[in-house]
Order: sequence, then C-alpha cells, then structure tokens
Amino acid sequence: MSKILVIAEHLDGKLNGATARAVSAAAAVKPEGIDVLVLSDAPDAVATEAAKIDGVSKVLTVARAENAHPLAAVLAPQVAQAAVGYTHVFAPSTTFGKDLAPRVAALLGVGQVSDVVTVESSHVFTRPIYAGNAIITVEAPASQTVVATIRTASWPAAASSGSAPVEALAIDVALPSHTRFIELKQGKSDRPDLQGAAKVVSGGRGVGSKENFDIIYKFADRIGAAVGASRAAVDAGYVPNELQVGQTGKIIAPELYMAIGISGAIQHLTGIKDAGTIVAINKDGEAPIFEIADIGLVGDLFKILPELERALD
Amino acid sequence: MKILVGYKRVVDYNVRVQVKADGTGVVTEGVKLSANPFDDIALEEALRLREKGVAEEVVIVGIGPADLTAHLRNGLAMGANRAIHVTTTEAVQPLTAARVLLKLVEKESPGLVIVGKQAIDDDANQTGQMLAALWDRPQATFAGKVEIADGKATVAREVDAGMETLDVDLPAVITTDLRLNEPRFIKLPDIMKAKSKPIDVIELGSLGVDTGDHLKITHYAAPPKRSKGVMVKDAAELVAALKHKGLL
Repeated sequence: MSKILVIAEHLDGKLNGATARAVSAAAAVKPEGIDVLVLSDAPDAVATEAAKIDGVSKVLTVARAENAHPLAAVLAPQVAQAAVGYTHVFAPSTTFGKDLAPRVAALLGVGQVSDVVTVESSHVFTRPIYAGNAIITVEAPASQTVVATIRTASWPAAASSGSAPVEALAIDVALPSHTRFIELKQGKSDRPDLQGAAKVVSGGRGVGSKENFDIIYKFADRIGAAVGASRAAVDAGYVPNELQVGQTGKIIAPELYMAIGISGAIQHLTGIKDAGTIVAINKDGEAPIFEIADIGLVGDLFKILPELERALD
Repeated sequence: MKILVGYKRVVDYNVRVQVKADGTGVVTEGVKLSANPFDDIALEEALRLREKGVAEEVVIVGIGPADLTAHLRNGLAMGANRAIHVTTTEAVQPLTAARVLLKLVEKESPGLVIVGKQAIDDDANQTGQMLAALWDRPQATFAGKVEIADGKATVAREVDAGMETLDVDLPAVITTDLRLNEPRFIKLPDIMKAKSKPIDVIELGSLGVDTGDHLKITHYAAPPKRSKGVMVKDAAELVAALKHKGLL
C-alpha cells in the first residue's frame, strides 16, 4: 500500500493553497495514509491549518531555525530523511516545489515526475510536455520512492474540515551553510491570488504601457478578478514578472479567463488551457487566441473595457 | 574561474509539435531544431561573466547523437571557448543528465555551472537542482540577476511571490529564467572561427554513469481539444453571455 508525504508550502506563517491541491492528487493514489510535512522555524500556525485539510492522516513538523526561509539546499536533506518509510513524496509544482523536489529526488537517487495532471494508478501518471502540446503517460519504477510535483491548476483544493494530529519530527541531519537568504521583494496586492483565483483578467502587449495597465486593474477589481499578464507585457515592464501566465510563468485554471490585448503565443496558451471559459478581446481578428477562446470579441480594448463596465452597472 | 554551461538541442520553440497517431512519440523528423532558449540565456550569462573578467573560460556541454556537433558549433560561434559532446543515441532523462554533468564537473572543476531552468521539450525543470544535490553544492534556480564577487554569487530569483535574493558560495549551480539577459546574435566571422574551436567527444557509456531507466514513458497523446468558441459583436453581448454562464 502507498503512504504519501506531501511537502507543505507556506509563507509568512500562512499555508499556501497549493498544498491542499497536492493533497487532492495524493488522495487520487488511494493511499493508506497522507502525511503533510511542515518545515519551518515556527511551524505551529501552518501545521494547524494543514491539519484541517481533508484526507490528511497526520501533520509532521520540523522546527529548526535554519528553516526560516525555504532554501532548497537546506530543506532537501531533511525531506529526504523524512521520506524514509513513504512510497511517494509530493510537492506542488510552484516555484517552491520545482526548486526543492528535484533536489530531494536526486538525494534519493530517483527520477522525478514533474507537473502531474492525472493519477492513473499508484505508479502511473500523466503530465504535459512541449508546452502542453502533448500529454505523456509516465510509469515510475515500483521499487523506488516516487517523487512528483503536482500541477496545481489540474487539481481542486481538498476541503478543510478535518482535524489530523500534529507531531513534531526530529530530523538529525547536518545542514549546509553555503546558501543564505537575503530578502524577498513581494508584490503587494489586495487582489485575489493569481494561482487560486476563480476569475483572472490578463493584459498583453496590446495594453501598450504601464500606465495603460490601470484599465486592466480597474476592470479586474470591478469583477473581483486576479490580474495576469503575457510575457510581452512583463518584458515591456508594464507589470512585475510574478504576474506572468504561461509555460514559464504560472499555469492557472480559473473558471473565467479574460485575455485582453494578448495575441496567444503557444507559450501563453499553455498557461490557460484548463481554464473553464476563455474570453478573448483583441483588435486583430486573426490572433491565435481566438482559436481557443470560448467567447471572442474583436475590437479596441480601450473602447470595450469601459463599455463592459457600463454594461455591468 | 571556469564556467560549465548546459547546452541542449530541442525542437524550436515556434514549432507546434504533433503527436504521432500511434502514441509512440511526437514527430521530430524534418522539424526545426534549435538551442533550448533558456540555455542560450545561460551561455550569454557565462560570456558576460567572462567579459567582466569574472571567468576565464566558458565550456558548453551537449548530450546527444553524433549530429549534435552542428548545434555545439553554434554555441562556440556565440563565444564559448570549447565544447564537450557526450554522445548517446538514447533519450536522456534529467537524473542521467545530472549524473553526466557531475562527472564532467569532477573532471573540469568549474567555479560555476549554469543551465537553463527547463528544457522546452520535456518541461521537466530538474537537471540543475539534481546536479547541485549530487555535487552537494548550492543552487540558485530561476535566476533573474546574477552578481559574482568574493567567491560567492548573489542571485535574484523569480519566485511566485516576487523576487527573492540569495547568497551562495561558489562553486554553485545557477539555472536561468527568461529575464536574466538578452542572448546575442551570432555573427558570420564567428561561425568561421568556431570551426577551429575544440570539441571533446566522450561516449556516455565510458563515463561510468548509471543510466538505468528511471521513468518509462508508455504513451503520448494529443491534449484534449476545446470545443469551438463563439464570437460576440459588442460589450453588451459579451456581458450577457457571461451572465448566462453564471460567470458575472
């Protein structure tokens, strides 16, 4: 039988929603147990939140001063030791999980399944390659620990009505001092989180400037949506890089995705393929975004957005 | 200091790959191949560090079949001093690639290894992290800015929450994100010069690397198609359609 260790992602004492999505993928394996591992300098608040996730058998905490920041080189040896006795180690496919999980896999001497979108059986998974233009079925050896990252956009967040026990775990490994955290510059925003939002409004090169992007923010706020962007808009400096949606940015699956002034390069479409409803607004009727849009509107975004707001009144 | 750069050849990023009807793979015959975009960024960064006097030598590493030579010549034309071609006819997974790179690291003793954050064919995003783990050295992934001084690298990383800055002792592994730099174009005279630059050819089998199949790909499928969309003529119609779907 399978026993799965899910690595919790957290920031500023709060559990990241990606963790509950990784737990959903773990539950699809139908294991005998799902334990969540919280590595932190002060894990209590995060552990309390993790204990509520449905399907979690136990929350394990490792409290060490070195775990104050998520440094892969520091966390990986601890995860590798904690993984003993588990058949699977899962992490969300966020920048945190992508940084950490391969380091854990290498320490365990196993390959890693990146970006799991479906679980076919305990050792068979599907994942996208070539910017989502092909889906492969991957079989991991039954004799080894399965290390996988979970594409969060493909999994619902497990509900949080549980009450799993929390246990402190003693990890006795020497930790390296060759990697030091200096700072994290966070994009401050009151808007919904891009990766968890039900609605996302994204702007592209067609928005034209940083100042013009206000029209995107304004409309997003009007409908309670998170704001995203294409690579072109980020490269042009209209918005910070953490808003980028696509193959190399964030992969999202909101119920509603509105692409405004985005032509729809392959690399962008990868990030939104699983969205419920895709709306495209673009002045170029031939733009590739219209090939995957559920609803398309050809026209000038600077005229259409104010009209949309009026139509909502 | 010597810098080792991973330089993978992949299907060009503009090609929309087709899955073979029998599910055994994607069509790569007759398809344009190019350097992995993130590896061009890795090479560019290494060249800039050499131009600043931080590094003396930039060595690119490719793993693949005999015809990879032409690809490596492109990297040499861009400015790398020499290339190492690890030959194999098999597809190489990230763990094997990391183990191969570790062997080369032991042989070459670089002060820094730079690889792309992911290859745009397998989209794995693993090799740099795995190499750092096997080498027991620091990693700075998804680098948006790199500064090197006093035996350490200060790296600003593109993370989900924003930009994170780390300090890592050298030697270390850095993986590149898109905004680290703008790779230079290759000039014609450099293509001529590249022809005389050395390429060491090493057979993968001679490195003593465990290539045991880690993961087995059993099937390739095309992604599910979205159903055909509709066009609306104005904002009012769009709002009505979204309200009808319960989205507004």
